[in-house]
Amino acid sequence: MQFLQFLQEWPLLSIVTFLPAVAGMLILLIPGDRRETIYKAALATGALVFLISLLVYLGFDVDGGRYQFIEQYNWLPQLGISWYVAVDGISAPLVLLTGIVMFTGVIISQRIEERPREFFGFLFILATGVFGVFVALDMFALFFFYEIAVFPMYLLIAIWGWKQTREYAAMKLTMYLFIGSVIALIGGLAMYFASGLGTFDMVALEGANFTREFQILWFPFVFIGFAVLGGIFPFHNWSPDGHVAAPTAVSMFHAGVLMKLGAFAALRVGIMLLPEGAKFHLPWMIFLTLVNVVYGAYIAMVQTDFKYVIGFSSVSHMGLVVMGFASLTPAGYIGAGVQMVSHGIMTALFFAVVGMIYDQTHTREIAKLGGMAQKMPFVMVAFVIGGLVSMGMPGLSGFVAEFPIFMGVWMSDKPWIAIVAAISIVITAAYIIRLIRRVFFGEFPAEFEGHVHDVRPSEKFALGLLALVLVLIGIFPGIMVPMVEAGVEHVFTLLGGM
Amino acid sequence: MGANYLAILPEISLAVLAALLILIDLRLKPERKHILPGLTAGGLLLVLVATLLFARPAAGAGESIWGGMLRHDLAAYIFRIIFLFGAAATAILTQGWKTVERRGEFYVLLVLSTLGMTLMAASADLIMLFLAIETASIPLYVMAGFMTSDDKSTEAGVKYLLFGAATSAVMLYGFSLLYGFAGTTDLYELSAAAAAGDLPVLGLAGVLVLALAGFGFKVAVVPFHFWAPDVYEGAPTPVTAFLSTASKAAGFAVILRFLLAAYPLEVANWGGLVAVMAVVSMTVGNAAALAQKNIKRLLAYSSIAHAGYILMGIAAGTVLGATGVVYYLAVYLVTNMAAFAVVIIFFNVVGSDDIASYAGLSRRHQGLAFAMLVAFLSLAGVPPLGGFFAKILVFAAAVEANLVWLAIAGVLNAILGLYYYLMVLKVIYLDRSEDESKPLPVRRSHMAVLVVCLVLVLVLGTVLGPLYDWSTIAAGGLF
Repeated sequence: MQFLQFLQEWPLLSIVTFLPAVAGMLILLIPGDRRETIYKAALATGALVFLISLLVYLGFDVDGGRYQFIEQYNWLPQLGISWYVAVDGISAPLVLLTGIVMFTGVIISQRIEERPREFFGFLFILATGVFGVFVALDMFALFFFYEIAVFPMYLLIAIWGWKQTREYAAMKLTMYLFIGSVIALIGGLAMYFASGLGTFDMVALEGANFTREFQILWFPFVFIGFAVLGGIFPFHNWSPDGHVAAPTAVSMFHAGVLMKLGAFAALRVGIMLLPEGAKFHLPWMIFLTLVNVVYGAYIAMVQTDFKYVIGFSSVSHMGLVVMGFASLTPAGYIGAGVQMVSHGIMTALFFAVVGMIYDQTHTREIAKLGGMAQKMPFVMVAFVIGGLVSMGMPGLSGFVAEFPIFMGVWMSDKPWIAIVAAISIVITAAYIIRLIRRVFFGEFPAEFEGHVHDVRPSEKFALGLLALVLVLIGIFPGIMVPMVEAGVEHVFTLLGGM
Repeated sequence: MGANYLAILPEISLAVLAALLILIDLRLKPERKHILPGLTAGGLLLVLVATLLFARPAAGAGESIWGGMLRHDLAAYIFRIIFLFGAAATAILTQGWKTVERRGEFYVLLVLSTLGMTLMAASADLIMLFLAIETASIPLYVMAGFMTSDDKSTEAGVKYLLFGAATSAVMLYGFSLLYGFAGTTDLYELSAAAAAGDLPVLGLAGVLVLALAGFGFKVAVVPFHFWAPDVYEGAPTPVTAFLSTASKAAGFAVILRFLLAAYPLEVANWGGLVAVMAVVSMTVGNAAALAQKNIKRLLAYSSIAHAGYILMGIAAGTVLGATGVVYYLAVYLVTNMAAFAVVIIFFNVVGSDDIASYAGLSRRHQGLAFAMLVAFLSLAGVPPLGGFFAKILVFAAAVEANLVWLAIAGVLNAILGLYYYLMVLKVIYLDRSEDESKPLPVRRSHMAVLVVCLVLVLVLGTVLGPLYDWSTIAAGGLF
């Protein structure tokens, strides 16, 4: 928006990156028994971060330069490492996504009883890592923040997670993600030395002209290494287990934001720096993403645990993101860019609902639930909106995201993949509609009578905010699509022609 | 080549400090002896400050002094600071360690061992080098076995002595062969002779293997590591901390100088041998650490693994690699010192080194648990802590030197390492115990050591410039 351009002069990206960690450290200093103060401080931080991320989004000028809100300071010039941050059309919406998910995640974490101080402390350090990756234009900084975003997950799941699987799930998740990131790291170092530029500046590395052999050799390391966090088949296994074991806010963060981190870094470091390698490998990697999409949806359908359904649906939907990348068509990339935001908000909403129901009923068995709409109508409405997004219903953000992806795949050299992938929409509709019917309608189980009530106003606010974004993008695609388009345009100058 | 007193100021002052400590210990009334650790630490810190202020060499390749016995360069300077810091922290951590804290001779030995280490870092002559290594080692044998009523400590002392004596003998034999080939004991003249092709390549390679036995013992790399777990477990924990930080750094200081300065890579191609040692060392160390139930043994195997990572930087044989080694050692010193500080504080109260006994620590003492978290995550190489950047440097050095397989072996090992560090943190943060509500008093001085180390861990992981510059200049001087 034109009148907000002056914001570009402000170091908003540095603030939004470091504010959560600093606030998290300060929260760790509050005496542990003052729960109210801790929660209020966390809430204030969440609101502030959301506000700043919104300013970044609004201040982004679609017709302006490719990178905006640029800040660059020396960090270790001897090795060409700098604090070089900016957002482009793809990462600006992701910054906003992170702000929204963080804010709503804090709101619905009011019920955290056990050591809330440490919970928010670690959660906010994680948020800093996420913002850092989305805004980094320096490859060293990107790896630095990527790993900061990964390690607090272990403690967050292991300490506050679901007692039955938390230790196993936390360790599995950490191991998978670390293996992915260190493999990608080796690829990053290889690029650094092969470029001969002596810099980690990714804008400079885009013009490094790596040889074709080099790109073909290293692309799989970098791309798959990051895509592990995006849940790519066959390395998706950590994700449903991790989501299910995690406490609600962490599931929201994890499925909503962290998985995008993997896809985004795979794009930024893999596809954008090694375009020849991408063109060589992505045409076969699209089969992996097809497995993600169809198999993920199928597995989601046969789950009996509410949270596992959502967990596997994330695998399926993230598969669409990477499939959009793998289509190597502009439409596919635009769809993938919007899908990252749309799925992030949608899945955060889903996990928030699962958490709210579980908090009161203490079960996630779909068979034991029912009639929740009678007690919590607002939650039902929000969930239905999320469900319709998930099915790609026109008028909601899911359509804006998934239609271009299928279109892009159709325009690629393998149109039949789009047809097979579209089957997943049917399966998705099946499990979502079944879920809505079983959980929210039908008979209200007698055992819950008396202790299942409507959710708090603050929780309604959180759900309302998430649902609102889904509707807004669906009705007014113009608030996001042109921005993503601007980012994609640049990716295709690197990939060679639109 | 002349007499340069300022250059050996640290050594002179350490010798004076040791002598003073003997005298003070004799005059001190038994009930006042508890001031000894503080006094030693104060003295060492004074030496540290004096070294920082007065003994700094000019940047560049350095110069040989005292008849070619010592080298006055930035590498020696940085390593001296590392040793002095490690020794001072160790002295403070012995406070409250009952069998040690009132025994003046312990502190004299500590200072003398530090003196040996500072000489190791500067030695430019085979004979000087051997004397320095023995000066550093012999006090350590005694210190490891200091708790004479404790069987494990005695075993540690004897085992350390036997391994040390055997590897020293092998190393000395290698040195004698080298003298036989070259007719000189000066490392830098040796280097010139080797570069000129005057020495038999096969002979040089043979000597290298013999010398590496001695050096490898000091830094505990496979296959010269067998002493480490038992000695680490049996020795008084402050001595273990000293062994795993300062003593290891001293060993690497020698390896760096011996291999880079005196053994031109183009003559004797030792890169492959060192790379293999690195991989074997980190793999064996990490794999064995997985099964440990005792925190000191776990840290012993972890230190074997870390010796492997550090060797990666040496295997690269480049300025970046040597920079990584120096950076890694500095980070490892503060990180491991912090970890051992927690172990010592915990043992002083609870009397156990079992990992299982750490259950519930996060509820019992929030700060101590957080300190362990930071130290272990730094060991695992997680940003924004020092261990991350140190690992990046050695991995980068390997990639730069076209040893990509070595870098991949390194990162896979880092995953293994992360696993067992997380297992300990899991016990601390997740497991419950009946002792959770019992108090866990911490001495102010111990807390001070802990805080200083943790701040340095964080600073070295974020403010990368200053130490990197120092390390690069030091590394550059070795080539």
